[in-house]
Amino acid sequence: MTDATSSGASPTTKHATSLLAADDRTRRRNAAEARFRGYGVAAIVVAIMALVGLVSSILYNGSSAFFQTFITLEVYLDPAKLDKKGTGDPEEIRKVTTFGYAPLIVASFEKLAEEDGIAVDGLTAKKAAALISKEGAADLRRYVRADVNRVGQTVEFKFLASGRIDGYYKGRVTMESAEIDNNISPEQLQLADQLKEAGLLKTSWNWGFLTMADASENRPEAAGLGVAILGSFYMMIIVLCLTLPIGVAASIYLEEFAPKNRFTDLVEVNISNLAAVPSIVFGILGLSIFINFAGLPQSAPIVGGLVLTLMTLPTIIIATRASLKAVPPSIRDAALGVGASRMQAVFHHVLPLAMPGILTGTIIGLAQALGETAPLMLIGMVAFVREYPSAPPEGFFEPAAALPVQVYNWTQRADPAFVERASGAIIVLLVFLLIMNAVAIILRRRFERRW
Amino acid sequence: MNAGLVLLVVVALAAIGFVIGRSRAISTAGGDARGLHSLPGYYGQTVFLFTAVPALLVMIGWLLFQPLYIDGQISDMISDTDIAEGSSRSLVMSDVRRVASGLNTALEKGIVSETQIASMTTDNTDVRAMLGSAGIALASAVEQNILTVAKEYRQIKGTLGLLMAGVVILIAAAGFLVSVKRIHPDYRARNVSERAIKALLIVASLVAILTTVGIIFSLVFETVRFFGLYPAKDFFFSLTWNPQFSGGSDLGIFPLLWGTLYVSFVALLFAVPIGLMVAIYLSEYASNRVRSIVKPMVEVLAGIPTIVYGLFALITVGPLLRDYFAQPLGLGTSSSSVLTAGLVMGIMLIPFVSSLSDDVINAVPQSMRDGSYGLGATQSETVKQVILPAALPGVVGAILLAASRAIGETMIVVMGAGAAAKLSLNPFEAMTTITVKIVSQLTGDTEFESPETLVAFALGLSLFVITLGLNVLALYIVRKYREQYE
Repeated sequence: MTDATSSGASPTTKHATSLLAADDRTRRRNAAEARFRGYGVAAIVVAIMALVGLVSSILYNGSSAFFQTFITLEVYLDPAKLDKKGTGDPEEIRKVTTFGYAPLIVASFEKLAEEDGIAVDGLTAKKAAALISKEGAADLRRYVRADVNRVGQTVEFKFLASGRIDGYYKGRVTMESAEIDNNISPEQLQLADQLKEAGLLKTSWNWGFLTMADASENRPEAAGLGVAILGSFYMMIIVLCLTLPIGVAASIYLEEFAPKNRFTDLVEVNISNLAAVPSIVFGILGLSIFINFAGLPQSAPIVGGLVLTLMTLPTIIIATRASLKAVPPSIRDAALGVGASRMQAVFHHVLPLAMPGILTGTIIGLAQALGETAPLMLIGMVAFVREYPSAPPEGFFEPAAALPVQVYNWTQRADPAFVERASGAIIVLLVFLLIMNAVAIILRRRFERRW
Repeated sequence: MNAGLVLLVVVALAAIGFVIGRSRAISTAGGDARGLHSLPGYYGQTVFLFTAVPALLVMIGWLLFQPLYIDGQISDMISDTDIAEGSSRSLVMSDVRRVASGLNTALEKGIVSETQIASMTTDNTDVRAMLGSAGIALASAVEQNILTVAKEYRQIKGTLGLLMAGVVILIAAAGFLVSVKRIHPDYRARNVSERAIKALLIVASLVAILTTVGIIFSLVFETVRFFGLYPAKDFFFSLTWNPQFSGGSDLGIFPLLWGTLYVSFVALLFAVPIGLMVAIYLSEYASNRVRSIVKPMVEVLAGIPTIVYGLFALITVGPLLRDYFAQPLGLGTSSSSVLTAGLVMGIMLIPFVSSLSDDVINAVPQSMRDGSYGLGATQSETVKQVILPAALPGVVGAILLAASRAIGETMIVVMGAGAAAKLSLNPFEAMTTITVKIVSQLTGDTEFESPETLVAFALGLSLFVITLGLNVLALYIVRKYREQYE
């Protein structure tokens, strides 16, 4: 809206404007000011919305991974099936394969249909047994092998329900989708509903998600994070044991002793550049130096730990130097004044005072290392690992998975149940990060000194 | 004797050395520590350091170079006839190693005895079945030559292991004796041990240089091998990327570079305005309370691992963009696209841009703001016409650092951008980047002889050079700017 009289071009109109009422130009400038402010608020809103969207999407998709559908059945551990020769020899019973246990589950569904009338027309007991996870027979076998005297008894056993049944109660699978799904039929879902009414099918908290090993493509319900958490834990131990001493030693030298010369400059430039090298390049380094050249085993925590150590080192050195710098020179001067050597001044006085800052930096560096994925993929951590690594130090050299790589692995599988698992694994990862960062903040609040 | 045990022995010896050194120092001074040059603990420390450090250094060096030496010895024993069609020397070598370690495992599990191994041939034993029962699966039956070489390999490795244990412990013992002998009331133990510790500190700070050397060495070495197999001209200028593991592939970096730059461009297009506005608002407008809440919240975004962003792109952003934008507009049907990866990467970069810009904006002297207000400028005019121009070099530096981050980012593009190398302008189409291809060429079963695998190292070197260049440029600009106001 431009008005010819208020354009301010002619001096005669200048006196006509009031000081109390804003003229057009002022209004325009104020509007621009308000707009600019609005952009700022909008930017902040977008950033926070992104954070909220990210976290809520993960929570929405993943929280159900901690709950699992279980079916409790009475199983008769038939000696005719498990101990065919009738010798009662524990060795013979232990030899029965997983396939030998499947008929027992079918039998207990038959019994269920006869005695309790829980059955759906046109659904054979064999089809009904498909409600149970493929892992169910293996679980039962493990249970019997633990104590062969159980053969001949009728036991109540809590089976994992198959992934599709689990998905039915989590809204992933519906009657309509079951029609076109080869792995599940609407009849089976009806049977599951009957089991639920009878109180045999329940959805409950699933510790197995945190303790079990990974499972193959077609049994998502049995996949857990046990090996991955253990592998990540091993790597964190290695990273901590290597970065803390090396990082602190390097920082002490650079901050307290290093003369200003070209060597020191070179080291400093190196450290700041290493902090900015893409993580995948560290993966290439690990692959060609640690695996191909030094001959360390693939997908072992030791290689992952070494690679992550090199990656975290710059972070820790930068944090340590900052906290060494924060200790005032008067402390050093006082120590030197009463006759301490420079080494004594540093190790007896400066270092203890800088310790809270160093620890905070270390924890934050570890948290970063815990979430790092790309370099671990190159050193073979994507392999499918079902065996738990043994206790350290041998365990450091045995194949293991890692938490973030496990997430990636699960996203690459076809069954949609694995998406839920991957999001659940992210929640576990985020909880670990939250704990580590909280500890770092508490350490800083509690011990940090302002000079 | 394995390395762990040797380590334990050396450390134990050093610990004993500390105690002995300390008590010997006191006894040489006639029981009165005041007669010594240094505190008694320093005498113990010298013994500890002289026992442990040289021995452990030798051990590390030995462990690094032993595989090289053994490979050299063994490699000669494999004749060209042992190398099957389509195989290579390094594959045969890894077979040998696997058989040898399988024999060791079988020995540990008690399946075979040492004498059985010595007399073992492929005629009298089914080596594959035997190793299978020990839990080591082999792809094919073991040939007699491989078995002989594997047995030889075991033997050399065993001998060298024993030799190493002997040498290392001998060095430790020598260090122990020499340093204990040197203890004397006038011996300047503190100075000696402090010098030694300082040397250790220097060695620790060398790790950073060693890492850089390691990165450059591994990248350059393999890249040179790649260019021996594949012409460099095609790598840099070919417009197609089409690796085929049967050979005859096109390995042009250009489509990958295009995808990388496109995704990074989209990410920066999203992150720079938002990050910059967040920084301006927080440093110029926000009250202390708002700042203390919003700033940490935005910075949380920087602490979230990239795999989380990758999953977000895969399960939320990708399908969203596909269902509400790409398909209705008829631009594409793929949920992984340049836009998906770019947007999510943009979210990741917001805190990066905002906290770096925040620093430079705060570094602009207050007097400049006051001068602008004194002339009657509004706050936004001050920001636009005074503060931003003054802070521009720093902001440009921040953007360059963010760009280098975007180019090197892996997980988001692996999960969000797709795997097809394409030269296209459509942001809803799946494209691929350098990092995605490094991952896909190097994961899984790889052998390091074919150009299809080695190309990953050339890609890695290109990535390293690009990001390093951006970082150096950014640091140069930022440093130059700082000098102006300080």
